[in-house]
Amino acid sequence: MPHRLLLPLLAALALLPLLPGFPPFWVTLLCYAGLAALVALGLVVLTGVAGLTSFGQAIFVGFGAYASAILTTRHGVSPWAALPAALLAAGVMAALIGALTLRLRGHYLAIATIAWNVSFYYLAANLDLTQRNDGISGIPPLRLGETALTEARAFYPLVLLCLGLALLATRNLLDSRVGRAIRALRGGALAAESFGVDTYRAKLLAFIYAGLLAGLSGWLYAHLQRAVNPSPFSLTMSIDYLLMAVAGGVQHLGGALLGALLVTLLRDQLQSLLPALLGAQGNFESIVFGLALVMLLQGAPQGLWPLLMRPFARWNGPRAAATPPPAAAPLPQRARPAPGTEILRAEDLQKRFGGLVAVNGVGFHLEAGEVVGLIGPNGAGKSTTFNLLTGVLAPTRGAVRFLGTPIAGLPARRIATLGIARSFQHVKLVHGMSVLENVALGAHLRGRAGALRAALRLDRAEEARLLALAWAQIERVGLAAVAHLPADSLALGQQRLVEIARALCLDPVLLLLDEPAAGLRHLEKAALSCLLDRLRAEGMTILLVEHDMDFVMSLTDRLVVMNFGAELAQGRPREIQRNPAVIDAYLGSAA
Amino acid sequence: MDLSILLVLVQDGIVNGAIYGLLALALVIVFTVTRIIWVPIGEFVSFGALTLAMLEAGQMPGTVALTALLGLGAAAARLWAARARLTPAGVARCLLTALLPAGLAALLAWACLAWGAPQPLRILAALAIVTPMAPFLYDTLYRPMAGASVLVLLIASVALHLALQGLGLIFFGAEGSRTESLADSLLEIGPLLVTGQSLIILAVTLVLIAALALFFGHTLLGKALRATAVNRLGARLVAIPPALCGHVAFTLAGGIAALGGILISATTTLYYDTGFLIALKGFVAAVIGGLASYPLAALGALLIGLVESFAAFNASAFKEVLVFMIIIPVLLWRSWRMPAALDEGEE
Repeated sequence: MPHRLLLPLLAALALLPLLPGFPPFWVTLLCYAGLAALVALGLVVLTGVAGLTSFGQAIFVGFGAYASAILTTRHGVSPWAALPAALLAAGVMAALIGALTLRLRGHYLAIATIAWNVSFYYLAANLDLTQRNDGISGIPPLRLGETALTEARAFYPLVLLCLGLALLATRNLLDSRVGRAIRALRGGALAAESFGVDTYRAKLLAFIYAGLLAGLSGWLYAHLQRAVNPSPFSLTMSIDYLLMAVAGGVQHLGGALLGALLVTLLRDQLQSLLPALLGAQGNFESIVFGLALVMLLQGAPQGLWPLLMRPFARWNGPRAAATPPPAAAPLPQRARPAPGTEILRAEDLQKRFGGLVAVNGVGFHLEAGEVVGLIGPNGAGKSTTFNLLTGVLAPTRGAVRFLGTPIAGLPARRIATLGIARSFQHVKLVHGMSVLENVALGAHLRGRAGALRAALRLDRAEEARLLALAWAQIERVGLAAVAHLPADSLALGQQRLVEIARALCLDPVLLLLDEPAAGLRHLEKAALSCLLDRLRAEGMTILLVEHDMDFVMSLTDRLVVMNFGAELAQGRPREIQRNPAVIDAYLGSAA
Repeated sequence: MDLSILLVLVQDGIVNGAIYGLLALALVIVFTVTRIIWVPIGEFVSFGALTLAMLEAGQMPGTVALTALLGLGAAAARLWAARARLTPAGVARCLLTALLPAGLAALLAWACLAWGAPQPLRILAALAIVTPMAPFLYDTLYRPMAGASVLVLLIASVALHLALQGLGLIFFGAEGSRTESLADSLLEIGPLLVTGQSLIILAVTLVLIAALALFFGHTLLGKALRATAVNRLGARLVAIPPALCGHVAFTLAGGIAALGGILISATTTLYYDTGFLIALKGFVAAVIGGLASYPLAALGALLIGLVESFAAFNASAFKEVLVFMIIIPVLLWRSWRMPAALDEGEE
């Protein structure tokens, strides 16, 4: 994301009203554009980054505005002191709505927020608390010392300040431990859960953050307009906010700014221009807007900001070569069990999908410091067994104990905290995030910094340690040269190595690797084999699924063979190679 | 509240619920087949009703011109999409399938106005004018972005809703209209007074549901649509053309919505923007059915109709609030029943 242009853009916006002859009405428009940009910025985090759509942001603007209006007009609270209350009202409402909806699939949120917004509008229009359709007027202006910020020209710097701070906080938030968890929500939720991220909480966090920005916008609105009524908090306004974010570029901070400016200014112009041009009254601007937006979505689904940024790509410099993050103190490591002690025992594992029994009565144990191969023909149930061990699936029957704790049926993120890390057969990396950031996602459980510390940049010491750890693991798998590239731009074999580096970041006791060598070239395979050997020497326990028999036989201490969901044989590689049942399963028996 | 009021409220609730149920049905069809959450369905409700009202008033509705325009747009879009492999027959088919319905609609409208026509014929004309817009819009707007995510398609739908609502205001003005009832008779069953129109609404709803069940269960095209709903890629691999399914789904949905508007406009006044609110209730019903189950959506629609009519009687100011808050227990129930949904990949 090119953030560098945001500062000059904000500066230009700040200087604009100082131009001689700049019409005062346009300053008012810029104020409203700024308020809308705050809400759209929340949608960038919520919709663009976390992939959740809300058609209800006007609710939170409304909560912020009404909270401040009621407190200042009826309870004599000063407008400044009403700000925390406004934020609290919006935040609590977002938490409530989010808790109800965010466990469901994405489009439920979209439709539910529509329903919430319609309800909110009718409530505000019919409750005595909000003074029904008349609304609350006579809201006191904000004061700085003796001066009241009644004029748009005086109010505008405050809007810009809020916007600037919000942009900064949003950038900080997304570039942090919590930010990586939020960014992983789109398409990487399962992987994130497997590394200890509570994706429901991450979604809730994104939703509350967007709600808070909307609440801030509402507080500003109440004291700029100095009167509130239900109409600016209707569903139509929520739709408008989403239009702004999408038109500007919903995955870019600058997109929120650009979209809000463009839509606010254009709408105002069209409202006066179109009826004059067509010689008739009517809301022609919504027709033009609707059509323009559809055309934009067809031509530039990413929005206008990335389109505008293309010529400036050089400004952000040629892509710098990968540079290691500054060195930092190493993170504490968990105690390793003594070599040879039993760390995992699976007994009588069974998994049914309806009538299909994918895994049937599988049992084995793992000892600290050994490499065990789980092999078998395609469809034997190896990956399902992995999913049962890591909590991605709950077993229908059977028990798993890991370091003495029963883990069968626990959620993936709980099992991750105990020290089991894994890679996936179908690579699950977060698109658009660099290799370094993807790997750092694996270190999620080794940091503590929350959203507030991240937004205020108080997490840097910890973040440096996480990134240094991630870098060290990337070096270990031999990908240091490409650490800065988007992870999805790598070859498949390299992406598998990224997954291994990510798993190592968890500081696991047990590493589960699902076909780590698939797609690797000969030399890369040899390097991987060396790496796994080294890990074993360090006391790591590894269970791996792999089809490359040379790789498996030379590396593993023991093998578990599966066929048709059931366990076929267990033993040392040499014994397994001579086992007639295994030979039958792989080659078919002579008829 | 005495028995007669209770019965009136129940009757109102069932009649409105039937309309919401039809809309929920249409929404589920479009969503499962094309992944489009079709917000502008509300405009089809308004357009259907108000086009009929204008025909009754002896005026040429603006929707006729819009249909013609969209027909041209759809023809152009189809030709453009097929530009690499155009044959004379293909060109003719593109033009004919787009322009014929538009021409037919204009002809019917003109005939109704020129000679005066009985109400059923006017209803037919209104349907013929409004329904083709749906597949035309699919051709011009949605097909060029068929691969986009559910979110992008949803936002395009919202944009289209805005544009169509703006057009609705121009075509029909800000005043509301009511249309003639198809049956003015009143039926007295004990303490219950049943209007002929509500019987017609119920009958049409039931017939439509039965027809749809037959269509989806027993015709090749219906089965193709179901296959597409279950697995889009799989359906393509067995040579079910996605565009055909999209056309059928949109035509069905557009027709059902317009008919819903026409039916309800005889019992209440409709404005250019009323359709949206009616459609939102259809959405809530569809959500109750998980955007997938037809029977659950129909039950949800009935529930919404009943809650609405009782709320209108007991707490009229908070009618809409109560109706839309039905969604809370539904969401709670769904959250608890289902394991946390991990949205994998771009939907």
